[in-house]
Amino acid sequence: MTAFLERYLTGWLCGLGAYGQLCKETLLSLLGFRMALRDLVGQIYFIGFKSQSVVLVTGAFTGMVLAAQAYYQFHQFKMDTATLALVGVSMCSELGPVLTSLMVAGRVGAAIAAELGTMRVTEQIDALRTLATHPVDYLVAPRFLATLLVLPLLTAEAIAIGIGAGYIVVVYLMKVDSAYLWYNMLRYTGFVDLSVGLMKSFVFGGVIASIACYKGMNCRNGAEGVGYATTAAVVYSSIAILISNFFLTLLFGRLFHTL
Amino acid sequence: MIEVHQLQKRFGRQTVLEDVSFSIPLGESLVIIGRSGCGKSVLLKHIIGLLQPDAGSVRIDGEEITTMDERNLIRVRSKFGMVFQGAALFDSLTVAENVAFAFRRNKTLGAKEIAHKVAEVLEMVDLPGIETKKPSELSGGMRKRVGLARAIIYHPQIVLYDEPTTGLDPIVSDSIDQLIIRVTQHLKVTAIVVTHDMRSARRVGDRIVMLHDKKVYASGTAEDIFNSTDPVVQQFINGQADP
Repeated sequence: MTAFLERYLTGWLCGLGAYGQLCKETLLSLLGFRMALRDLVGQIYFIGFKSQSVVLVTGAFTGMVLAAQAYYQFHQFKMDTATLALVGVSMCSELGPVLTSLMVAGRVGAAIAAELGTMRVTEQIDALRTLATHPVDYLVAPRFLATLLVLPLLTAEAIAIGIGAGYIVVVYLMKVDSAYLWYNMLRYTGFVDLSVGLMKSFVFGGVIASIACYKGMNCRNGAEGVGYATTAAVVYSSIAILISNFFLTLLFGRLFHTL
Repeated sequence: MIEVHQLQKRFGRQTVLEDVSFSIPLGESLVIIGRSGCGKSVLLKHIIGLLQPDAGSVRIDGEEITTMDERNLIRVRSKFGMVFQGAALFDSLTVAENVAFAFRRNKTLGAKEIAHKVAEVLEMVDLPGIETKKPSELSGGMRKRVGLARAIIYHPQIVLYDEPTTGLDPIVSDSIDQLIIRVTQHLKVTAIVVTHDMRSARRVGDRIVMLHDKKVYASGTAEDIFNSTDPVVQQFINGQADP
């Protein structure tokens, strides 16, 4: 039992060290401008443009469900016009960044881990190294930077769509006066809420890309290993998003409420 | 000059290489033979710095590479070309993009010059006009030839071949052997070939090293090895199973 724990702990610490090393190499690569612009643009297209449908559907239906639920609760207290304010604050600071990031972790994180994992087990990453190319410069840095840049934009899009969809539900289905809805939403949804959401999504972007790249780059054991790396990338990045969201909420709450 | 000195490598509890030492002078064709799993490919990957040994040294033109970090190794690896067992072509790129990969990244040449060099090297490996094809559209033999074209387009000083004829029919294997001999003579490169194929070993090797029981078991010219009376060497050459 002790030997098993020792082996498990050693493996876990080695993995943590390798993850830290990969993050360090990625930052050095970014600071050294070693990445080709063409690779970055390709990744922005794949991660950003091709995630549109997922993000639009997630944002729209989250906003609609939230608006309907909030309306039924507020209606009991004759607070119907506060519905969109709740949708706005929730979408901006929590649901927008977290749900968008979880969806991107599922789509993009899995794709990155599977692609890099396949390259690893078919010796394509070794081939890159023999062609005097650092795999971090060519494979990791563009994916990492693209996810960092794109996730806040996707989050902003999901927030806008969510609020818009919530507005349609409350105004056209629940027949609440739109002028008061807008007034209350703008009154209670501050710039701080939006900023917090976008800053969170920036951090989540780094979490998704670094975990997915690490899992792909360290993939082993053929097709089974690629499957494991893909699953692990999605599971670990989703868990990391949920845990880091709690600490970020505490941090930003402390920062912005004491200002 | 490549010098391997007392190289040791373990994977977990399994020792793969133990005190392996040999050197390869400039322009020589060395063939490494040995049974499956004896560490031939592992040895090849140490020579180009893809793996780090547990002990021992690898010197390339006097430079110790086992202690170098990945960024410094990039400079040393520019002297090498490597042909992988499964070709390891980048499947998202076309043949031309694969072959000209480093030129495209380094931006040292213009598009016309790159296209000219790609056409020239594809002609050399007897595959003219396949620039726009994807690796998935190629046969096993064609993929190995494209892998060779990718390895030699930069005129490296040393070319490593990891089982270049494995999985190919005898006629394609023969054409790959001829290609290796042609490239070695034409470009005057040092060649290191890992193979199980004894016919291939005899044809392409100036010298043969046999790995057995984690060590260099026998070393000599092709004639020395094929005329050896050692039972282990003879068993391997004749392909006889253990009694």
